[in-house]
Amino acid sequence: MSHATGRKYLRSGVLPHLWCPGCGIGVMVGALLRSFEELGYERRDTVVVTGIGCTGKADDYLVTNALHTTHGRALSFATGIKAFNPQLHVVVLMGDGDSVTIGGNHFIHAARRNIDLTAIVINNFNYGMTGGQFSGTTPCGAFTQTSIYGNPERDFDICALAEVAGANYVARGTPYHVWDLQTNIKEALSKKGFSVVEIYSPCPTHFGKNNSMKETLDMLNWLKEKGRPAEEYKKLRPSERDGCFAIGKLVDRDEQDFNFRYQKNRETALASKV
Amino acid sequence: MEREARLLQGNQAIVEGALYAGARFYAGYPITPSSEIAEECSKRMPLNGGVYMQMEDEIASIGAVIGASLAGAKAFTATSGPGFSLMQENLGLAVMGEVPCVIIDVQRSGPSTGLATKPAQSDIMQIRWGRHGDQSIIALSPATVSECFSLTVTAFNFAEKFRVPVIFAADEVVGHMRENVLLPAAGELEIVDRKKPAGPPEDYKPFKADEDGIAPLASYGGDYVFHVSSSMHGPDGYSNNDPANAAWRVEQLHRKIEMHRDEIVLTRDFDAEDAEILIVAFGATTRAGRAAALELRRQGLKAGVLQLVTIWPFADKEVMRFARNARTVVVPEMNYSGQIAGEVRKVLGAGADIRQVNSYNGEVITPQDILNVLK
Repeated sequence: MSHATGRKYLRSGVLPHLWCPGCGIGVMVGALLRSFEELGYERRDTVVVTGIGCTGKADDYLVTNALHTTHGRALSFATGIKAFNPQLHVVVLMGDGDSVTIGGNHFIHAARRNIDLTAIVINNFNYGMTGGQFSGTTPCGAFTQTSIYGNPERDFDICALAEVAGANYVARGTPYHVWDLQTNIKEALSKKGFSVVEIYSPCPTHFGKNNSMKETLDMLNWLKEKGRPAEEYKKLRPSERDGCFAIGKLVDRDEQDFNFRYQKNRETALASKV
Repeated sequence: MEREARLLQGNQAIVEGALYAGARFYAGYPITPSSEIAEECSKRMPLNGGVYMQMEDEIASIGAVIGASLAGAKAFTATSGPGFSLMQENLGLAVMGEVPCVIIDVQRSGPSTGLATKPAQSDIMQIRWGRHGDQSIIALSPATVSECFSLTVTAFNFAEKFRVPVIFAADEVVGHMRENVLLPAAGELEIVDRKKPAGPPEDYKPFKADEDGIAPLASYGGDYVFHVSSSMHGPDGYSNNDPANAAWRVEQLHRKIEMHRDEIVLTRDFDAEDAEILIVAFGATTRAGRAAALELRRQGLKAGVLQLVTIWPFADKEVMRFARNARTVVVPEMNYSGQIAGEVRKVLGAGADIRQVNSYNGEVITPQDILNVLK
């Protein structure tokens, strides 16, 4: 069997894409489309929902069904699609602004509801599209266009947030560990219930250069050195963790999803009517 | 389903109308004085294969409604002023993406949290202009519980026919009032479904309008794969920032409503043909207007009422026509500024004798309030 390319989901004549050299969004889109192909997704049964920002531009390159929405609200549109037609594969592509800053409320409630969506979150640690201001995932002390003295705020851990809010599947990947990322995306797509794949992908244009990663290569090296497989990361003593982060599958459980429970509701309603 | 006479609350009648029109998806966030709509939908939707979703806020509610509509549902939400404010940005997406849906705004008294349980008609301009970016909107306003039913059906029909969000501007008075309603039998009222694409799926362009100004709309999951965007887009739904394309798009969104203006603008008139005193009213205030007009007729004065059933687009031609014999026009409305009176003034000119009757303390306008400005 030849390797999946994902090309059949890619709109022709649109390359090169608009993302900056060194940005991980294109790597994510590639992994996503290959995952679609390996899972045998049909264009007609697949809806890609995007928000606003660099990641939110991804739908323009796709020939699946798509809905390009408002900033932070992509999950709510996707929820309506999935709740009305549970047969569809609904994938939501967001940045850190969309998912856990302006859209944080929708993120935790989508997880709590355990609606069967796959949320792919590119975390580039800042608002890239607007020129590199700090977001809800910019590390405390980091330098951005609106935190030139160091970010006074703390950052969200997207995966931990998804876990406590109730997501069935949570994983973290990086554009350096591209095949592992693709595995996690496939697992997330296949999982019933709310699944989240966060991708650490520091913005090469605005974030890295202000935070001692001058070149794209410096950022890739950072991802390579500090990204540790989840099992290995768990065994590290706090003193050894030193800026490391876990990658790979972090949460995998099978709580009932919203559509399953709503179908039960319908049965209860119909039974009580007679 | 046979015809049935029922004593219904306005909010219940809205749900009956929505179900009659074929609504199968409701997403909302409870807010006074609209909550009975959510409660009734939570009870009814699971019984007919529909979906009730209680979202985390009103922003998400209209988002889910738009998503469900694109998946093929007749979908709606209900709210009041504060929640309607939160919906504005995504409502703009429904306009831009030409997504059929209905938004019920059971208006209450403001500003801000205001008098949460008291009526108002102060969202008229929020309905018209609440979103950024210039755009047209359709809004209907019921004066009776019976109209809560029938106009909700009309709201869905307009949404489906013209591929637009339709605002249903009720108020606390009609929302909570109980009246007898004769519910029509199945098939008695016309039900419109959105125009579906035909032809080869690969040629489908979701924003390429037919001669009637309306583009067919597919549903996610069918043979026609399609793209909808909040950003400026071409006929195929993909981003397109070309100035000529942007101008075409904005014009098209306005034009499809302008083209069908006479079909959309609904009014009712009561003794208005020869009226020398014309009361221009809408929503619950119509009731006081009609009582005042009857009293004036008893006194031998030629008074009549023009009810604006459609409040947007504004009934300029109808106001002009019925005001032709009027020496005085009275506009009662539950807001301070005279949001509809301003529109009437635009039509009749600064020289016209237009008398405003405004209530903004949470109390309804009485027939006597209207008679008082004619003394």
